[in-house]
Amino acid sequence: MKKKSRLVLAAVILFFASAFAFLACIAIYKNSHKPAVTINVYNWGEYISDGTDGSLNVNEEFTRRTGIHVNYSTFSSNEALFAKLQNGGTKYDVIIPSDYMISKMIALGMLKKLNFDAIPNFSYIDDSFRGLEYDPTNEYSVPYTWGTVGIFYNKKLVLEPEDKITWDILWAPKYAGKILMFDNPRDAFAISQFRLGIPLNSKSREDWLVAAKELKEQQPLVQAYVMDQIFDKMANNEAALAPYYNGDAALLTQKNKDIGFVIPKEGTNRFVDAMCIPKNSEHLDEALAYINFMCDPAIATENIKHIGYSSPETAVKNRLGPEVASSKICYPDDSTLKSTQVFTYLPDDINSIIDSLWINIKTGEQKDQFGLVAVLIGFIVVYLAVLFIKKRKPNP
Amino acid sequence: MKSLVNSKSKLISKLYMWLIFFFLYAPLVVLIVFSFNESKSRNIWTGFSLKWYAKLFADKEILRALFNTIIVAVVASFLATVIGTVACFGILKMRRWAKRSVMNVNNLPIVNPEIVTGVSLMLLFVFVYKNLGIFRPGIVTLIFAHTTFCLPYVVLSVLPKLRQISPYLYEAAQDLGCTPARAFFKVILPDIFPGIVTGFIMAFTLSLDDFVISYFTSGATQTLPIAIYSMTRKIVSPEINALSTILFAVVLLLLIAINLRQIKDEGKNRN
Amino acid sequence: MKASLRLVIKMKVKALSLTYIVWMAIFTLVPMLLVLVFAFTDKTWSFTVENIINVGYYSNIFLRSIGLGALSTAICLLLGYPLAYIIAKVPAKRQGIVVMLIMLPMWMNFLLRTYAWMTILENNGLLNKVLSFLGVSQPVSFINTSGAVVLGMVYNFLPYMILPIYSAISKIDKKIIEAAQDLGAGRRKVFFKVLLPLSLPGVISGVTMVFVPAVSTFIISKMLGGGAHILVGDLIEMQFLGSTYNPHLGSAISFVLMILIFISIGIMNQFDDSDELSVPAAYR
Repeated sequence: MKKKSRLVLAAVILFFASAFAFLACIAIYKNSHKPAVTINVYNWGEYISDGTDGSLNVNEEFTRRTGIHVNYSTFSSNEALFAKLQNGGTKYDVIIPSDYMISKMIALGMLKKLNFDAIPNFSYIDDSFRGLEYDPTNEYSVPYTWGTVGIFYNKKLVLEPEDKITWDILWAPKYAGKILMFDNPRDAFAISQFRLGIPLNSKSREDWLVAAKELKEQQPLVQAYVMDQIFDKMANNEAALAPYYNGDAALLTQKNKDIGFVIPKEGTNRFVDAMCIPKNSEHLDEALAYINFMCDPAIATENIKHIGYSSPETAVKNRLGPEVASSKICYPDDSTLKSTQVFTYLPDDINSIIDSLWINIKTGEQKDQFGLVAVLIGFIVVYLAVLFIKKRKPNP
Repeated sequence: MKSLVNSKSKLISKLYMWLIFFFLYAPLVVLIVFSFNESKSRNIWTGFSLKWYAKLFADKEILRALFNTIIVAVVASFLATVIGTVACFGILKMRRWAKRSVMNVNNLPIVNPEIVTGVSLMLLFVFVYKNLGIFRPGIVTLIFAHTTFCLPYVVLSVLPKLRQISPYLYEAAQDLGCTPARAFFKVILPDIFPGIVTGFIMAFTLSLDDFVISYFTSGATQTLPIAIYSMTRKIVSPEINALSTILFAVVLLLLIAINLRQIKDEGKNRN
Repeated sequence: MKASLRLVIKMKVKALSLTYIVWMAIFTLVPMLLVLVFAFTDKTWSFTVENIINVGYYSNIFLRSIGLGALSTAICLLLGYPLAYIIAKVPAKRQGIVVMLIMLPMWMNFLLRTYAWMTILENNGLLNKVLSFLGVSQPVSFINTSGAVVLGMVYNFLPYMILPIYSAISKIDKKIIEAAQDLGAGRRKVFFKVLLPLSLPGVISGVTMVFVPAVSTFIISKMLGGGAHILVGDLIEMQFLGSTYNPHLGSAISFVLMILIFISIGIMNQFDDSDELSVPAAYR
């Protein structure tokens, strides 16, 4: 009886507690939730001004102005975004992939053509960001930000002067265990390719094998394969060297004064992240309104101010003030830009080669098909042996 | 024989217990301490502050995730408890082979790796949505998925209780003039109630904390664990620490209340 | 045919459990079937065994997962058994509280707890700060090693080992142990001949409940292992929602993993003669 009454009490308390929490949530939720359209926006992690540190919460501002609600979620790589979309099951209204992923999605018919009449603010986008390789006719995408990849280094741990830092340093044994690498195949391969002078979008299988071989050699030196965590680990002096996007430089150097950023001379990848609407979006007008809103120079300025990446709008650059506009990190000079390359879409067979090479690099192992078979057989043998022993020695 | 246990070994076992508790609670202490940290850093202490608690209640994203988590947990554990309890009556009356196969299916979600359950449910939901256009992955599929992995636990906690009841009891009650319904509520239900409650609590807690299966079946909907996961990729806001501290404190208080009550009960029984 | 006829006759009683049976069929059997279908087809939905063969290429990932899973299960057993025994000896009045204290940490989200371990284990983390305070000059790298992954597994799954063993030991009649001692059995003998065999069901259930999630985890290795040494769970996640999208291969890997798990559960169940209808002991 004791135990029962205790359980009943527990149940009653649990019920009331959950009911209370439920009601509290509904109350809070109701307050902010008028029946309205909600659009699903899918963006990179920490890639929007969200109200922290006194910034403008862009999504809330959008809701305030239009009454359209935003269900905002984030992904960690272009490939993860692609997987989520390919899986089906989710209907996003605005997504922000990068260049090569956009061309891949266009090729696969995953994107809607945009009605640019509904995006008057597109006029603010600089000419140099219209009709780029990934979307030559500029029908599917509106640039959100752009940037380059460089090396973040901790000045206390890396002794080389800035101009001596090249991609080679990521292969230097003396920094073993202090190097971070990209956790996505395209970005990781790009580093190896620039180092070896292989074109970024090579269609030759051999080129990729060579680049992969170098990455495999680098693997024992790598502390961790990460994406957004680069931030945290560099800021906390956990690692000495990490390739990452220039847009995070301002934020990172502000967090840790010892961090420097350099774009290696061998050249680097230049990327454009652009807003697109997936084919199965159900709220086309609202999505277009969102894209238009994000291009509004006033909003874009607030947004860029927080996330630190480079804007494709001159108006925004001017609003940010001369200090940012002349920053070599955010807006590199033409000579640096000349040595950059842009990712484009690769054919399927190359992509699947990259995928399998990539898993191989990360696990740093040879292919050995029979290990698993041996394990399976071993398990079955043990099972049979146990059965056999049990049969011979019946339990009393 | 207890005298054999000398004080030295008693000391060692006490020490051992505290060591394990230290191991179990160290990360919790870190989390709770840093929820009061002034800055956003998760390993450098800059001063005491309650600002993350204040910010938490203004953060609609986190509150919405919490709201989703609670809705799913309440609905799924309720569904699982009802469906599972009712099912037990039928399962008990089944033939041996049928019972066996039902129990095997029942145990499938328990013994299957969570990730496989998650992936397989994702394939199902996506398949249904793509081909029939119903049940877009979101809160509804989350409820389906959570009910599915909670059901086996409900069945496993109600079934043994039901088996202990003599089948004649119910008939005897009817012979003595009870209506079937009355016989059920007066004779059967009180006996299996503890099992039902255990099942419900288990289902509720499992659902509340689930990440892996939700991760694969949630579509664009965020539950609290999913929101936390996307934060761990960059920097977890101390708001989350604050929220977990609050949730943890609530559970702790509940458990203390239950235990106090239990001790009180024991006192009464002794008198 | 006969069986289904009987089914129809029995329908009335079974009607009670119909919702449940339909539910389980739709949400466990059909999804399993879909995994099978995906595993044995390619992009054009034609039959192929290529995926299953390709799983072989990831042998080493499987081996590492099984190895780390087994290691952390063993550590959990070594740590958990004595503790369960100690708890069972705590005065009955306080046992409930101690068990509660073991379960309590599980109420904090497990991602967050693992994240907190990052803070502790980092090169500039709390543990290294303590060490340097004690005079260790060079920071020891704990994080991003297999050791950190094992620690994460042990930490997260230890309660699943302690609780079933505790519940098995606490059910043992003390008189049996006393009788053995009266009959002259030494401590070691009492342990191996009485205590261990009688608590074996708890051990088996604990081992299963630690091994299965440890082998298939996909977060712990990511957060504490640095992503360089991926486990089977990570591999599956990569195929469905990660950087290398291929649900057919992902299903094939899931399928093989499932088979491995089922065989190992089959092996362990051979040591346990208790009723198959029983509740998994950890939740009692």
